[in-house]
Amino acid sequence: MRARTRMIHAGRDRDPHTGASSIPIYQTSTFAQEDPDFPPLYDYARGDNPTREALELAIAELEGGAAAFAYGSGMAAISSALMLFNPGDHVIATRHIYGGSYRALTTLFKRWKLEHTFVDASDVDAVKAALQPNTRGLLIETPANPLQQITDLRAMAEIAKEHDLLSMIDNTFMTPYLQRPIEFGFDVILHSATKFIGGHSDVIAGLAVARDAELGARMKRIQNTFGAILGPQDSWLTLRGLKTLAVRMDAQQKTTAQIAKWLVEQRAVRQVFFPGLPDHPGRAIHEQQADGPGAVVSFELADGAAAKAMLKRVQIPLVAVSLGGVESILSYPAKMSHASMTAEERNIRGISDGLLRLSVGLEDADDLIEDLQQAMA
Amino acid sequence: MDKAAIETILAQAGTRWDRQAGAISMPIFQTATFAHSELGKSTGFDYSRTSNPTRLALENALAAAEGGDRGFAFGSGLAAVDAITRLLQPGDRILVTEDLYGGTYRLFAQLSKPMGIEPIFIDTSDTAAVAAALDQSKAKMLFVETPTNPLLRVADIPAIAALARAAGAWLVVDNTFLTAYSQQPLAQGADLVLYSASKYLGGHNDVVAGAIVTGSPELSERIGFFQNAIGGILGPMDSWLILRGLKTLALRLDRQQVNALAIAQWLQQHPRVTKVHYPGLPDHPGHTRLQSGGGFGGMIAFEVQDPERVPQILKNVKVFLFAESLGGVESLITYPLVQTHADVDPALLAKLNINNRLLRLSVGIEQVDDLIRDLEHVL
Repeated sequence: MRARTRMIHAGRDRDPHTGASSIPIYQTSTFAQEDPDFPPLYDYARGDNPTREALELAIAELEGGAAAFAYGSGMAAISSALMLFNPGDHVIATRHIYGGSYRALTTLFKRWKLEHTFVDASDVDAVKAALQPNTRGLLIETPANPLQQITDLRAMAEIAKEHDLLSMIDNTFMTPYLQRPIEFGFDVILHSATKFIGGHSDVIAGLAVARDAELGARMKRIQNTFGAILGPQDSWLTLRGLKTLAVRMDAQQKTTAQIAKWLVEQRAVRQVFFPGLPDHPGRAIHEQQADGPGAVVSFELADGAAAKAMLKRVQIPLVAVSLGGVESILSYPAKMSHASMTAEERNIRGISDGLLRLSVGLEDADDLIEDLQQAMA
Repeated sequence: MDKAAIETILAQAGTRWDRQAGAISMPIFQTATFAHSELGKSTGFDYSRTSNPTRLALENALAAAEGGDRGFAFGSGLAAVDAITRLLQPGDRILVTEDLYGGTYRLFAQLSKPMGIEPIFIDTSDTAAVAAALDQSKAKMLFVETPTNPLLRVADIPAIAALARAAGAWLVVDNTFLTAYSQQPLAQGADLVLYSASKYLGGHNDVVAGAIVTGSPELSERIGFFQNAIGGILGPMDSWLILRGLKTLALRLDRQQVNALAIAQWLQQHPRVTKVHYPGLPDHPGHTRLQSGGGFGGMIAFEVQDPERVPQILKNVKVFLFAESLGGVESLITYPLVQTHADVDPALLAKLNINNRLLRLSVGIEQVDDLIRDLEHVL
């Protein structure tokens, strides 16, 4: 099956009992049991729920993993995956990491003695240099948020294999439609399904995919014990979103490429960050490991005042956090996704006060460009 | 389950359907269609307009609660009324309770009548008047609300059912106000029971829905045909919410009835209240007819002395919500003349005394002292 067909039919594509073309929403907490000596398929909905299971089967198949797990948010997925480590373990994380993941590593998990080092993972040697005897994991994003630095998946997987590290990637920006890191040797794929997978800015959800069954069994125990599961209604909405992921992504990427090209020509714009631009650093690597540039473009204006003025004037994109929805969203990383970092930390990462991030939706490209133009003037 | 008490039927509404996973709560089949394994083979579900598992679970629960043959769920109470009127043909007459919900009145007066179905509005709490009207009109259907909206007049269901049967007319009872928990019209001889399920059945003011329960397989077949052919069905999410509501219907109504009686008694003592309509009051004309049933319901209508005060009352209530609809856990206050009965013929309103002094309460499950204090404050 080709990618666009898989989006529609991955996992359990119909209700096995009635044939219903849409998986039922099992809004239930528990399941009746017939014989106490034979444990049933489902006993309590924290452990397994048929609606959530359909979503989990679908994403596992799409990512090419052995098992998948749905959580109440992307952060619940990432936090649950970090529970795979033990106190005293060390994790190398990309410096260009989502602010929420940064906060989890530097506060919650630090308190539980999970050590971490942030490095620029687009620099393979820097990752190698950060290895310690107790390093057990590697956590990356590519393209990274918000500056879209590209990390070489194959090189990272090789380092992980050589040093027996659990390799993890947040694949939110690409989704399995564009990038399947398990094919390059990654162990754990993480998603904020709130973004492109759900795609309608109407549900908060997270997903994790395990490369093999043994890892899947460990993650299953964590999901059931920790219990940060996704509810049935939200599971169903996410499944519903998945069905149009390919067509949405196709359209959104196309518009994003047009907007990025237009942004490059604007005098008010200092720099544009989009993997689809010819001179984007790492573009060659990105094209080897992904099937498209995605639908997020970041760009830098002169300063914070210019950025804030633009946020005030835009009419069509919503000024909000989050991304990946059918509606375009313009966000201000310094005060939104990366607000949990100090100004100094942001500077190290090149997140200036003039930086804006645009998640491009399904609106008409010309309308968006006209709106950006008037907002920038 | 063997024939269980109504409370048990309600609490277990929708359970034991899902043999596959064993889910206690009925799954929400948010699906339009169903895959077939091969030509000519069906799982029993083909297309959700015709039948949807979640809606079916609700329909079965309603049939069980009402002691009927089958249940049918619709997108609103009026969609259910519409399906019932399809039993009639141009030239037929239908006898209808005169102090009727305004929306049902509008459907008969403005939609059925131009189609050649003549509604005749009568006082169905007057058994002799029903007998005379059946005799004179040769009506095909007797459509009764009891207790009525908003004046809470009570019909003698066994008596008018016998009259309708003798005259060859169907008896339809709108059971929205009392529900199967307090009143079972099919057992008393009615042919069809009708609901606005938005009210007590759902009970949370969060879904608009209607239902019909049939008393015989022949009527089931006809209503089922109309439901599928017209298609005014209830969606799966809303069906599930009504199922969820059914589970607490008995508890809610118990509390609402206790609260309503206390409020009605208090209103009766109030100097600025000139009239109280509540069947639970011993001097209400319908009191004895409901005494052997499961309760008197949670609806009260009352007249205030001074109509000039009505806008202030509606504006200043703090616990009661000034809104249309009824039957929810939250108490509502309604002004029938301008809200629910705005489309009724002014002459009929005058005859019925649905005037500018009349207010209607749907009593919720709040602490009754808070409700009384709220009324005391505004009166």
